[in-house]
Amino acid sequence: MLENFVETRDLVRTFGKKNDVVKALDGVSISIREGEIFGLLGPNGAGKTTIIKILTTLLLPTSGEAYVGGFSVVKEANKVRNIINLVSGGETPGYGILTVSENLWFFSQLYGLPSSVAKEKIKRLTVDLDFKKYATTRMAKLSTGFKQRMSLARGLLNDPKMLFLDEPTLGLDVLTAKRLRTYVIDWAKREKKGTVLLTTHYMAEADEMCDRVAIINNGKILACDSPTALKENLKATPIAKIDVSSIQADFSFIQKMRGVVGCSETRSIQTGVTSLKVMAQNEKVFSDIMSKLNEEKLKVLSINETEPTLEDVYIRLVGKGFEQAEEKANA
Amino acid sequence: MLDNLVLNLRVAYARLWVRVKGGNREPEWLVAEMFIPVLTLSAYVFMYRMLHAPPEFTGFVVIGGTMIAFWVNVLWNMSAQFYWEKETGNLEIYLVAPISRMAILLGMALGGFVNTTLRAVAILAAGILIFQVPFSLSEPVTALLMFFLTIVALYALGMLFASLFLLYGREAWHTANLFQEPVYFLSGSYFPTSSLPFFLQLLASFIPLTFGLDGIRQVVILNKGIADVWLNVLVLVVFIFVLLPLSKVALNYMENLGKKEGRLTLRWQ
Repeated sequence: MLENFVETRDLVRTFGKKNDVVKALDGVSISIREGEIFGLLGPNGAGKTTIIKILTTLLLPTSGEAYVGGFSVVKEANKVRNIINLVSGGETPGYGILTVSENLWFFSQLYGLPSSVAKEKIKRLTVDLDFKKYATTRMAKLSTGFKQRMSLARGLLNDPKMLFLDEPTLGLDVLTAKRLRTYVIDWAKREKKGTVLLTTHYMAEADEMCDRVAIINNGKILACDSPTALKENLKATPIAKIDVSSIQADFSFIQKMRGVVGCSETRSIQTGVTSLKVMAQNEKVFSDIMSKLNEEKLKVLSINETEPTLEDVYIRLVGKGFEQAEEKANA
Repeated sequence: MLDNLVLNLRVAYARLWVRVKGGNREPEWLVAEMFIPVLTLSAYVFMYRMLHAPPEFTGFVVIGGTMIAFWVNVLWNMSAQFYWEKETGNLEIYLVAPISRMAILLGMALGGFVNTTLRAVAILAAGILIFQVPFSLSEPVTALLMFFLTIVALYALGMLFASLFLLYGREAWHTANLFQEPVYFLSGSYFPTSSLPFFLQLLASFIPLTFGLDGIRQVVILNKGIADVWLNVLVLVVFIFVLLPLSKVALNYMENLGKKEGRLTLRWQ
């Protein structure tokens, strides 16, 4: 048994040419233990998918090394491919004109499964993932949720030792997302079938599923530990959630106030409310913020002290939330 | 080694199965793919008859119209297929699997061949029945040999083009567009290439379909034998032996280049 089933050392990946080079990964070193569910948590553009693409042999690193199951992803790509599978959220590989079962049979052949074994496996997976009634439905007619169930079933057809899940619940309704998460946890933990690398920008998903989480931003790993340990480190830092009745206001002044460690903002067009998550050096800072909001004539609807979440860990490390990081990256 | 061969044969069969199953599930496609080529070749037949061309020209047109179905299949359902596979996310799944990319292409080629043969037979039958083509065939084995060599050379060319689509999106699409009509013209789909000027004949000699069509017409319409078409056979064999290994090399090269440049799974480029 390998101690680390996945290992990357100083992984660097750049895109573009001479005068326009973007560094997507900047010296990423991670180790994933066998049987572990490991999460990569970060905003869009942080480098999560780039890591997955390198580990699944779809992309070459610019420098550094990466191993899956003890095999180099560069020099022994085919050995790596024998033990992995990949499921990406928001995508449904397959042929719309074929039925779910036909598609799954086709994908099973990419791993050389004898037809009888494949058909048995497809039957079991469609039952386990609760979409047996759609087995003879054309893929094009499936809803997003059922397409994603089919995608997960496809990813499990070859009993991979290493399953890569790239934003697997993207765009899914709460119940379907929960169903898929539970299934993956069962697969990896209760049935001990394999190791999982999950990328997500849903904090709750990482919190619920992962044994360990690496927080990634701008191609760098900022922290890596169990969700509990990461949150534990914030116990001494007061955190407050402040709801303000405006989605137009500029709240960037909070970030600049003395004693503020980090601040994130989520604007809801439906409710017209901006939820600020503020992390401070001490509780007195919150009073200063309230005064400043009053000065700016912004109506505060509520203020509550909250328990730390993984989002707070990210705010503590980067100084802002995912949304602001993505806005900055897109600007 | 043997395991690997069995795996890749399974993959080729599965891809063939997808193509045959998918291609024949909706009968509207079948009707359109059979009816429209018959219309096109009818136009040429009527034109030749109006000009009082020799009767074998009708046979040339029917054979040309039948073989064009294979060229269209090679160009759009073989060469361009990786473009669609990329856009739908299937290419990523192929590339993550421990299989030869050539097995996928072989499956596509065989599936395309089966589907197109069904259509081609219908076009041929319609042409013969409607226009009473004066066939004169004394060496059916030679005719079959010419046909199969032409098909293998054409699909080998398709495999080579497919490697371009692995990396390039719209650019490759334009290239395929660029090839469609000139190949109709240069390969002499609806007239004998001997009527073309020398430099155009020279250009046409780079297209396997030119030699295939000419050979098939000589054997099937003009009642000639292997002694008359041996050069066509030789050229097609050379095409096959050059194009097949070249397509494998090109595919590997493009895949590696794509991995280096990060364009292998890049969409909407």
